[in-house]
Amino acid sequence: MGAEGNVLVSVPPKEHMAPLPVRVLKSHRELADTWTLELDSGPLGAKFAPGQFNMLYVFGVGEIPVSISGDPLNTSRWIHTIRSVGLASAALCATKSGEMVGVRGPYGTCWPMEAAEGNDLLFVCGGLGLAPLRPAILTALRLRERYGRIAVLVGAREPTALLFEKELHVWRGRFDVQVEVTVDSAGRGWFGEVGWVTRLIDHVRFDTDFTYAMVCGPEIMMRLAARDLVERGVAAENVFLSLERNMKCAIALCGHCQYGTTLLCRDGAVLPYSRVASWLGIREL
Amino acid sequence: MKDLSEIIASHPFFSGLDSNYVDLITGCARNVKFSAGDVIAREGQPSTEFYVLRHGRVAVEINAPARAPLVLRTASEGEVVGWSWIFPPHRWQFDISAVTLVRALAFDGKCLRAKCDADPKLGYDMMRRFAQVAASQLQATRLQLLDLYGGRG
Repeated sequence: MGAEGNVLVSVPPKEHMAPLPVRVLKSHRELADTWTLELDSGPLGAKFAPGQFNMLYVFGVGEIPVSISGDPLNTSRWIHTIRSVGLASAALCATKSGEMVGVRGPYGTCWPMEAAEGNDLLFVCGGLGLAPLRPAILTALRLRERYGRIAVLVGAREPTALLFEKELHVWRGRFDVQVEVTVDSAGRGWFGEVGWVTRLIDHVRFDTDFTYAMVCGPEIMMRLAARDLVERGVAAENVFLSLERNMKCAIALCGHCQYGTTLLCRDGAVLPYSRVASWLGIREL
Repeated sequence: MKDLSEIIASHPFFSGLDSNYVDLITGCARNVKFSAGDVIAREGQPSTEFYVLRHGRVAVEINAPARAPLVLRTASEGEVVGWSWIFPPHRWQFDISAVTLVRALAFDGKCLRAKCDADPKLGYDMMRRFAQVAASQLQATRLQLLDLYGGRG
């Protein structure tokens, strides 16, 4: 276990810089600009901890880090949800079943699922941030008896930009988890909340002394959500964020993803707010 | 059944309000109920009341020509809607409609203004509460305007 309670996963040897060619089994469009790819994990299996990421390589185009959004119990395939924002991500989103991509990983730290046992869980997700949290949410729901109250708070740009909407309905249909959704803007047909995602924190009950919060989304959102949670009494050590920087090698060699004294590919992407709070205010980082 | 002063005292918006003031402002309040879809207030109309929500959800909307109204934000149980009653010209700046069944306390703005004018300590307390609501809504609106989820998310 790491000092803050999240598990530090060992980095594979340097020879593992070579991506493993895997076949795309399925490509599913989630939103206008977002796809979920299911990749054959091969004989090694897709063994990962919630919060970890893989480096996905489109041959001849480029390689990018992508969080794993699948169920950790499903080791037969890597599942990644990707938004088309750049050359490599657009190429990944355009891949069809049967095509090959390269995979390296999994890398990075994970959400503190074990350390959080016995506590209330708050998942605060903004936009595509629900994807890296999905494995943690699925794990918590599977091991439901190990946690106190569970709340999933989701913010999206608009109703049509809600990721995993069907699954949100399924989770909301359970009697043992609270799912709250808000959007930044909506028309009359939307009967849910309109407003900033941190406002949803007011809608859920949790014991601040015994709460772990896992926050993922745009960095501004994470910073404000973490600050809000700490102001309400949640320990900064128990608020975890998934940070993103320019990850290239993913094995702590190149230094592109340096953030303060950490290399996010090795020491992150999931880090406790207590460790990064002061860095989040430094504009040059 | 709780009387109005008990409801006011237990509502989050009035948390910590001196009990004498709770009794004082109760005289300006009444229970109201709206069905889903009801228009509670219209932009430009006199703002004679504000609403302290006890149940349900309302939408703060703005109309645009040739398109459906845009929802700027919603407010739910525990929140308050309307501050145009404080400042002249006392007119609603936006439409307010009930998204669900809504139960609320409606406060008569003229009545409460008179009591605030007569007792500046109450006036200051009310102003602080509404300023906090206004500030947090302004901050949230700024963040919504950033369209943070539009790019990398």
